[in-house]
Amino acid sequence: MSLLELKSISKIYGDLHALDNVSLKVEKGEWVAIMGPSGSGKSTMMNIIGCMDKPTSGQVLLDGVDISKESDRNLTAIRRDKIGLIFQQFHLVNYLTALENVMVAQYYHSVPDEAEAMEALRRVGLADRAKHLPSQLSGGEQQRVCIARALINYPELILADEPTGNLDEANENIVLEIFRQLHAEGTTLVVVTHDPEVGEVAQRTVVLEYGKITREIHNESFEAKTAPALAEARN
Amino acid sequence: MFFRMIRGAFVRQKGKMLMIALTIALGASLATAMLNVMLDVGDKINQELKTYGANITVVPKSSSVLNNLYEVEGGEEAQEAFLREDELGKIKTIFWAFNIVDFAPFIDTTADLDSGEEVRLVGTWFNHHLDLPTGEMLDTGVANLRTWWDISDGVWLDEQAESDPNAAMIGAMVARREGVGAGDTLHVKTRYGEADLKVVGVFDAGSDEDEEIYAPMDLVQALSDTDGYLTSIEVSALTTPDNELAIKAAKDPSALSVSQYETWYCTAYVSSICYQIQEVITDSVASPVRQVADSEGAILEKTEFLMVLITILSLVGSGLGICNLVTASVMERSNEIGLLKAIGAKDSAISGIVLTEIVLTGIVGAVIGYFVGFGFAQIIGHTVFGSSIEMKAMVIPIVAMLTVAVTLAGSIPAIRMLLRLRPAEVLHGR
Repeated sequence: MSLLELKSISKIYGDLHALDNVSLKVEKGEWVAIMGPSGSGKSTMMNIIGCMDKPTSGQVLLDGVDISKESDRNLTAIRRDKIGLIFQQFHLVNYLTALENVMVAQYYHSVPDEAEAMEALRRVGLADRAKHLPSQLSGGEQQRVCIARALINYPELILADEPTGNLDEANENIVLEIFRQLHAEGTTLVVVTHDPEVGEVAQRTVVLEYGKITREIHNESFEAKTAPALAEARN
Repeated sequence: MFFRMIRGAFVRQKGKMLMIALTIALGASLATAMLNVMLDVGDKINQELKTYGANITVVPKSSSVLNNLYEVEGGEEAQEAFLREDELGKIKTIFWAFNIVDFAPFIDTTADLDSGEEVRLVGTWFNHHLDLPTGEMLDTGVANLRTWWDISDGVWLDEQAESDPNAAMIGAMVARREGVGAGDTLHVKTRYGEADLKVVGVFDAGSDEDEEIYAPMDLVQALSDTDGYLTSIEVSALTTPDNELAIKAAKDPSALSVSQYETWYCTAYVSSICYQIQEVITDSVASPVRQVADSEGAILEKTEFLMVLITILSLVGSGLGICNLVTASVMERSNEIGLLKAIGAKDSAISGIVLTEIVLTGIVGAVIGYFVGFGFAQIIGHTVFGSSIEMKAMVIPIVAMLTVAVTLAGSIPAIRMLLRLRPAEVLHGR
């Protein structure tokens, strides 16, 4: 059973078909990049997958459960329990430290655990910046805090919206390296991007144009590149 | 984490929170001031209104019947009925004795002047010292009941200092016609005697009283052969505005049930005070001077209504201010709220944070407002009534409840907006 399955979903705003009869499957542990130009429906698809919006028609199955007709209240619970969100703009609470920003996600999920939050920051290389406010962190560091926050509740799916869109090349590489590690550990990743370099490092790339999936590209070099790292991580 | 977020919001939005606290403080201060003044002002306004003169007149029963039947005042038959001077002190022994501020007895007769003119000669107390049956002492008389008299020549007659028993005050018209002033002597003659009055003051009342002569009670009683008797008493009493019960009781107290009677009797309605005066003054009828009593009641009610209105308007204004500020605060934090929703916060959890912030701010504002408002009340008390306003404990819970209610009501639009915020829209800047 696929972790995520979109069955003929459409999202219509008036006369605009933001998504038009789109179907997609994402398996557990898979790393999928969704690419396309502006206005192609990437953000709409991300919102639907991320339980922040509902399709006009079609079904969204997450772990085999149809969530397309769920109430807002239930969608909030699904988002909290199963999905980790990473944003292009980072969206950190600017009066909380890096550590507290990670703990906020724990607070709304279960119980804040400072040691666990610190471990998440250590994992993204920010243990020494835990007590810093977002304004005292660089863009790359803020994005890594955002990733730590997305990971803290062990979600089944990490959903990233243009995660490197606001980063320089060095920080982009750091973030992609973290994604590689997460994938190696078996985390399912769906990354929405318009950056071909980010799309190329994914296992599979889905291209959206005018609300339809026009192409799916399996990155043939992916297995060759990641197999050693994957084996090492799993050992 | 909850309190870290509250603290963080306070620190980050301290300017806006300060504005909200000040807005609440403004509303709370006006509410505190108005409520304190309103609860304390009844007696003060009543005291002020006493300058309008007596609000109860007491006359002999037979005289009252004639007045009621023929709508006339005075007359020979009426003059034959009297009240007893030795019962005057009993007025200060009734249930509402402390509400009797002043009273003055009157005896009147007609007298001839040397010029051949006939004038009304009124005997009364000016500032009479009275030892009450209760052991208390009281100085009362027309000096307190005719505060509007303009003494155009001489001074008020001071009964306690004046050694001449024939000292008198004359109306301005009499003084002008007879060509006398303060220090002069005026000869008067009645059926029962005559006297040389020493004029100590000439008053201008702006009424028929300007045609009269006011002299000490004993002198006029002697000149009218009515020792120990009175024709009327004027009483100034602090009263409560009439309501339906008072109106019903004024018509016929016997028509009241026992509990209604007790309520009426133990409330300072003008009718219940009249009733109690009648109980202690033999064969008397005490009746309110309706124009004065009604005016006092109306002014008191209107003043209280005005204060309630100011309180309501200030709270409404405060609520609108809070509404704007909290809505602006939520709009400013829409990204943060959208993020919290996106990572799984329930609407109730986010509303809880915002409401906790606002209520904490409201408490600070209310405490500041209470003390500032109490200061306002003192300013009003000293400026308008010339005395302090007592701090009423019951105002504290009332202001607290009003503040919380207004704060929460003012936050409703912001909370509605917060609930409508969709994380997908705010996080994508839409």
